[in-house]
Amino acid sequence: MTPIARQPLSLGGRDPLPYLVLPALMVLALAAMKFSAWLTLTVAGLAVGCMLFLAAIGLTLIFGLMDVLNFAHGGFVTLGAFIVAAVFAALPASGGGAAAALGVVALALAAAAVAGGGLGLVFERLLIRRVAGAPLRQILITVGGGIILQQMLIVLFGAEPLALPRPEALRGGFIIAGAAVERYRLMVCLLGLVVYAATHLALNRTRLGLLIRAAVENREMVEALGFRAERLFRLVFAAGTALAAIGGVVWALYAGMVTADLGADIIILIFIVVIIGGLGSVSGCFLASLLLGLANNYVGFLAPKLALGTDIALMLIVLLWRPRGLLPMDGA
Amino acid sequence: MRLLSQDRPGHWLLAILLAAILLALAGAPFLLPGTKALAVAARILIFIVLAASYDLLLGYTGIVSFAQTTFFGLGAYGVAIALTGGSGWLALILGAAAGIAVSVALALAMALLSLRVRAIFFSMITLALARFVQVLASEWRGLTGGEDGLTFSVPRLIAPGFHPFAAPILGLRITGPVIAYYLIFAVTLAAFLILLRIVNSPFGRVLQAIRENPFRAEALGYRTIVHRALASVLAAGFAALAGAMMAMQLRYTNPDTTLSFSLMIDILLMVVIGGMGTLYGAALGATVMVMAQYYLQPLLAALAAAAQGIVLLPALLDPERWLLWLGLIFVLVVTFFPAGIAGSLRARANAAARAPRT
Amino acid sequence: MAEIPLLELAGVHTHIGRYHILHGVDLAVPEGRVSMLLGRNGAGKTTALRTILGLWRASYGMIHFAGAEITAHATPDIARLGIAYVPENMGVFASLTVAENFRLADWRGDLRPTRLDAVMAAFPVLAQKWRARAGTLSGGQKQMLAIGRAIAAEHRLLIIDEPSKGLAPGMVAQLTEALIGLKQARTTILLVEQNFAMAQALGDHVAVMEDGRIVYRGDMAALAKDIPLQTRLLGLSLASHQ
Repeated sequence: MTPIARQPLSLGGRDPLPYLVLPALMVLALAAMKFSAWLTLTVAGLAVGCMLFLAAIGLTLIFGLMDVLNFAHGGFVTLGAFIVAAVFAALPASGGGAAAALGVVALALAAAAVAGGGLGLVFERLLIRRVAGAPLRQILITVGGGIILQQMLIVLFGAEPLALPRPEALRGGFIIAGAAVERYRLMVCLLGLVVYAATHLALNRTRLGLLIRAAVENREMVEALGFRAERLFRLVFAAGTALAAIGGVVWALYAGMVTADLGADIIILIFIVVIIGGLGSVSGCFLASLLLGLANNYVGFLAPKLALGTDIALMLIVLLWRPRGLLPMDGA
Repeated sequence: MRLLSQDRPGHWLLAILLAAILLALAGAPFLLPGTKALAVAARILIFIVLAASYDLLLGYTGIVSFAQTTFFGLGAYGVAIALTGGSGWLALILGAAAGIAVSVALALAMALLSLRVRAIFFSMITLALARFVQVLASEWRGLTGGEDGLTFSVPRLIAPGFHPFAAPILGLRITGPVIAYYLIFAVTLAAFLILLRIVNSPFGRVLQAIRENPFRAEALGYRTIVHRALASVLAAGFAALAGAMMAMQLRYTNPDTTLSFSLMIDILLMVVIGGMGTLYGAALGATVMVMAQYYLQPLLAALAAAAQGIVLLPALLDPERWLLWLGLIFVLVVTFFPAGIAGSLRARANAAARAPRT
Repeated sequence: MAEIPLLELAGVHTHIGRYHILHGVDLAVPEGRVSMLLGRNGAGKTTALRTILGLWRASYGMIHFAGAEITAHATPDIARLGIAYVPENMGVFASLTVAENFRLADWRGDLRPTRLDAVMAAFPVLAQKWRARAGTLSGGQKQMLAIGRAIAAEHRLLIIDEPSKGLAPGMVAQLTEALIGLKQARTTILLVEQNFAMAQALGDHVAVMEDGRIVYRGDMAALAKDIPLQTRLLGLSLASHQ
């Protein structure tokens, strides 16, 4: 048993520079294109950013609080995607009104969270706990667990892509200032903001969050004070995998299709997000998600040929500038 | 023993297994005639080099990289692009050399990057880079042929239509692919012995010291940065060599066979199941895994047919789901036998050797 | 001793990795008294405390607390029986504020305002630094926070590991005064200390450790009078604190 000791989390004297990257990017892009195109791309980019955030936040939380990098995270995203497909198959919502559609989506989000969290607990019990304190084996076992999870999803839901038409109420959009804004994207932005705010508040304004932050800093002392740190960490792991599944719901509805490769396809983007943001940082994760979403859209519009390398280039630039990411763990 | 750099297998069963693999591979074309058997044997040889190169990184240096396939692919595409544009031995050798050179340069750049970031960051970055190279190979059609890849012809001596002898030798009709096989065999044997020499040299011992305790190694005056970078470069070079042999043997190269993530998983499984940090384990793991790939799937198909009608079981036993079973084996090995086959056997032999004295 | 001690260690051995640190420790901590655990650096005092808390596992022997065997209990369960622990490194959460540190003082979450007022009266500086991050406090202030947090909640036994370590003499005097207050309130304390003056001012009973064993047991007053014995057990450097 090694005590988890970290250098004190830096909170005083925040460096404002990383926060300026996002507005700077937006202004630069505005200078390079017409306003209506910029607005459309920006809204779409922010929506993709919020989806990325929803898919990535669980990974960064688990790492920040447990020091476990879960390479099976993509599997939990895929799980969420299949759950929403199953919910939609059971409760066709395309005919009903907006309220019915939102209700079914909410139900799918809840079901995904429950499935993701529950499976996360099993995963933690069967795999993660057995290799505690052995980083190399931890990476290997989560890679192996991810393979099993993905293959089991194929066994249960089939290898063929499932079509997932979005409910009528979440299709289409409207025009603001000459820019097209899709309804679904707006909803995703809203959800992303809510989850960000909720995570932030839970960690900083509740006793449970206080305990978690204390346990990250000095697990032994938290236990010596009579708190069961192991349960705290289990809870965090389940919350992280539940959030991954919620991210899967959102991505699947966006793509209009579910395949078993969904998680594997976006896990790279998720990794890039948490690397850019700073592993373990909630705010960094949010900032990096938006940055990646916007940069991809702008570059895709201005120089489609370069779009392929945007993510990697962004990652390398940020790492050369700040090796620990934009906002390294600030406990929030 | 000089040839093995004084690094004995360490357990009689391991020694027998390795000797059996060596003999079987040396005589494969004669023992198991047929194109499929020859392809399996050649694949085993190539993956021995690839897995051993990865073991140098993972097992001896403790670096977790997911970009080993990238170097493998670079070697393969080097040969493929050279033989698509030109022909003959010169093109083959130049292509392989170019692939190795690019791999070494990329590995060096990544090693320099790894100095700036935490180890766990580095693992994630390698995954992203590997993915990027894979996408790049699929999209850059002009150079790589996209998803379909490149098909090309190899020098006449190793091409299928070549028959140097009129009569069969020892019952085998010598063809170009048989000659290609023995070329691969010779290169693999040499590469493996060189790797064995490297890990048993003072350099190799420093690598292991760094893996065990980087701070202590640094305090003892070893320049960990240089050692790690050199290990990365060597691992990349040997992986590219394996890739070049793969291209030569298959006579085509595409992203799926050289750059895919599932290939990376295969390599990981080989090294971990065989036993990290032993090299022999990598050879054993490569053999077991390649055999399993070719022969486990028919077995699963047969089991699935037998389980017809039982809930879920046929779906679980579908040959397409063989990755599920490998994943399960992998997790079990990591959980219960982290030292792998070779490591577990060695530990036993060591325990037996110590027992009488205490 | 007729009464049953609150905490009792019997033949406790502890291994850390390959190292055998405790070689059969027998120790009794009677209720309502201050028991001192003395000894040179590396004698195994901190290991003994950590073994009581379950932070290291005893490989042999038994530990009883308040009539229950706790040898194999998990740390949180041991703490919940009523043991407060102030480790050598003080264990304050540097990234949390002083107020937040106090919010974690009681695992049940019912911190009594009257108790908190008493702590603030003993360590007024904590009230001034209430909103400051614990990481910004001085060493002495951190020690006050650690001890204050330990006594803010109701406990049956207070275990403190070398509170005077690294503190300026004035700070040590202030701490000693606060601990004397606890002693007068009949708090049961097990205290590891290298500062002999502080030990003498506080201790009722004393046990001295050497190489993972208890080599002396007796009343603090008797040891305080016997200078040659001190020198033999604790070395010159410690006796010279007088």
